Amino acid sequence: MTIILNGDPHEVARPVTVSELLAQLAIDARRVAVEHNLVVLKRATFDEIVVREGDQVEIVNFVGGG
Amino acid sequence: MDTFSIAGKTFNSRLIVGTGKYSSPSVMVKAHDASGAEMITVAVRRVNISVARGGGAPRGPQEESLLDFIDTSRYFILPNTAGCYTADEAVRTARLGREAGLSNWVKLEVIGDQKTLFPDNEALIEATRILVREDFVVLPYTNDDPVACRKLEDAGAAAVMPLGAPIGSGLGIQNPNNIRIIREFARVPVIVDAGVGTASDAALAMELGADAVLMNTAIAGAQDPVAMAEAMNFAVRAGRLAYRSGRIPRKMYANASSPVEGLVGR
Repeated sequence: MTIILNGDPHEVARPVTVSELLAQLAIDARRVAVEHNLVVLKRATFDEIVVREGDQVEIVNFVGGG
Repeated sequence: MDTFSIAGKTFNSRLIVGTGKYSSPSVMVKAHDASGAEMITVAVRRVNISVARGGGAPRGPQEESLLDFIDTSRYFILPNTAGCYTADEAVRTARLGREAGLSNWVKLEVIGDQKTLFPDNEALIEATRILVREDFVVLPYTNDDPVACRKLEDAGAAAVMPLGAPIGSGLGIQNPNNIRIIREFARVPVIVDAGVGTASDAALAMELGADAVLMNTAIAGAQDPVAMAEAMNFAVRAGRLAYRSGRIPRKMYANASSPVEGLVGR
């Protein structure tokens, strides 16, 4: 199935939790914030929220800025 | 101690510095230290998704994160919404920054023009209202316009951050009188944000009555960022001290410093 990850199509084998998605991407969950279908998620819900076909996911972190 | 407070949080340093454009993390860390700053701005951006090809192990997109280089027990992190062009984008970015970070503070930017990076005041005020309702401490980056600053304050902004000059321009304080008027009108802290090029610009901002100065490029882009950070540290403190000391009035003509009596040969 295909999801829209950070604006681009991304293939995942099946519906996954946000935690599983981050693990597949080798992203440390403590370092990022996640928006799922325009809703910003609390970190405590990463194990519960399931990402399905066509869902929009944004994963962000902090970078240098002024 | 001459401290200042925003939303009940007290700071000893009146210099706020950014994390962008440094040649290396180690230079940034040394510059932050030399600046004496206690609050540091960061940007919120999409993680670079890089999945390994050809069956190799997935590669971590961010073995080293910016926060690995910042001692968050020492520095207060202020996420920004730089690069956002609508209230909606800025609000989403602020919410993400809150989840990624350690506080409900945001340096709110809603840009209205790509070339000047001047703020879109209407959208800025709208985004301020929304975020204040969601219990954010909102520090909006705004034009050097006393009326816009008043509207932002009325919308619930915890401070107002008028620009000295366009972001990254290094032009210095282009409209000193407006900064002075903004300070006179505002009931919240005034932070001059953007446009500082060198130490005297920062000192001038403080002499005009600004409560603090925020800068990034002036330090990160200097040939010696660590030394410039130290210069800014002095400049902000000197400017503040001068402001509090009550400068002499400007006069048209000379007024001798040495006695006019007892001159030899008269």
